[in-house]
Amino acid sequence: MITTDICIIGAGPVGLFAVFEAGLLKMRCHLIDALPQVGGQLSEIYPQKPIYDIPGYPAINAQRLVDNLMEQIEPFHPSFTLGERVETLERQADESFVITTNDGTSVHCQVVVIAGGLGCFEPRKPEIQNLEQFEGKGVAYMVKNPEQLRDRRVVLAGGGDSALDWTVFLADVAKEVTLVHRSDSFRGAPDSAEKVFDLAKEGRINLVLQSNITSIHGNGHLQEVSITAKDKSVTSLAADNLIPLFGLTPKLGPIADWGLNIDKSAILVDTTDYSTNVERIYAIGDINSYPGKLKLILCGFHEAALMCQSAFRYVYPNQKLSFKYTTVNGIPTF
Amino acid sequence: MIQFTIEDRDGERQTLEIPEGINLSLMEVLKASDYNILATCGGMALCATCHVQVLEGFDALPPARDAELDMLDTLPDADPDSRLACQLRVDESIEGGVFKIRGEEQ
Ligand SMILES: Cc1cc2nc3c(=O)[nH]c(=O)nc-3n(C[C@H](O)[C@H](O)[C@H](O)COP(=O)(O)OP(=O)(O)OC[C@H]3O[C@@H](n4cnc5c(N)ncnc54)[C@H](O)[C@@H]3O)c2cc1C
Ligand code: FES
Repeated sequence: MITTDICIIGAGPVGLFAVFEAGLLKMRCHLIDALPQVGGQLSEIYPQKPIYDIPGYPAINAQRLVDNLMEQIEPFHPSFTLGERVETLERQADESFVITTNDGTSVHCQVVVIAGGLGCFEPRKPEIQNLEQFEGKGVAYMVKNPEQLRDRRVVLAGGGDSALDWTVFLADVAKEVTLVHRSDSFRGAPDSAEKVFDLAKEGRINLVLQSNITSIHGNGHLQEVSITAKDKSVTSLAADNLIPLFGLTPKLGPIADWGLNIDKSAILVDTTDYSTNVERIYAIGDINSYPGKLKLILCGFHEAALMCQSAFRYVYPNQKLSFKYTTVNGIPTF
Repeated sequence: MIQFTIEDRDGERQTLEIPEGINLSLMEVLKASDYNILATCGGMALCATCHVQVLEGFDALPPARDAELDMLDTLPDADPDSRLACQLRVDESIEGGVFKIRGEEQ
């Protein structure tokens, strides 16, 4: 079990900056994020866009801001669990919490900070009736370990960059690769699209255009996919693995079941310290709501600072906190 | 006035009337009219949560630009008559159109 002072759910910009504010008060943080990388919306949705409203930066590229935040919190050595989604929260006899992820990682902490933004980024799923029944049994929405696909018959679906990239990569790994796409052209990087067309010409992959996967079959494990073409003709294809790659979309997820006051997918907080209705649980950044709330990085940063002043009393119940500017002592590390 | 019809996820239709010369996208008008659409990216053609299917009046719309087509291509359920509402201006090109809301809900 991981032990820390504050467990932060969400490693977006606001979760990351909370580590800095906590560190100044000598509180340790562990961050958990469902995405395989830190940065939240900035890294997932708009890494290359400039942001114009971060004080002191007339313009800063989103990924650069994330990189800078990582550098800024480095002295406090936060620990991370990435690629896992927080599922449950259990109150202990001494009022502390144990948080558990979908992969079974557990974290013991005094304070929980929900910096979950718009929620967990989850894969967009195609409308195939019994898709969920085959999840983990041949159907997956990302390629975690390509070696597991060695010598298997793999069907990919989608027309974006990741569908193209994985098709090219898996052509050398899998026994058979089929890419199914609903249109007859690809809008992804022209270079990858060209590679896919070349591989198809060489007969190293099957390219099924203007078609959708409409049903899947198998006995306990995926065995076959049915593909419907634009002209409504249906063909069946033997397959061991199906990987639909249609990007990610945020969903509030398990946080909705934790007994917090929620309004329109946002957690209601007290603006004196961004605490929720449950003691020792705070919510900062895009995930919270209060009169006048603005979903801006800047506002999340401010909320992180106030939250830490309040959380201190749970981590150091016997100490009194007196406010000091960071410039007085520099950055005290652990 | 510009008139067009919105069909929500339950198939219910409503005609909206918007003054001409208003500099808004269809996504902004839908949000302002309390339709349940996320529009996570605020209109940057980056999230596709403002996906609409154009049931009538598709040909009158200005063609989609690269960013919109790129995004639509990543959707599992886009059709040839799909558009992103944030990329459509509310002007005479959408007059008389019928738009079905298709983007995901929270
Ligand atoms: C296209 C676009 C442009 C923008 N431009 C600006 C701008 O110019 N200026 C500005 O200030 N803001 C801008 N924003 C808004 C800004 O990105 C958000 O305000 C900011 O990302 C909020 O940060 P956050 O840390 O609260 O949440 P997020 O960035 O959403 O991060 C939350 C993280 O929590 C994780 N998470 C959620 N639930 C769980 C769970 N149960 N388990 C594990 N992990 C979980 C998610 O995976 C995610 O990584 C823009 C947003 C978009 C989409
Ligand atoms: S609002 Fe995000 S794509 Fe239209």
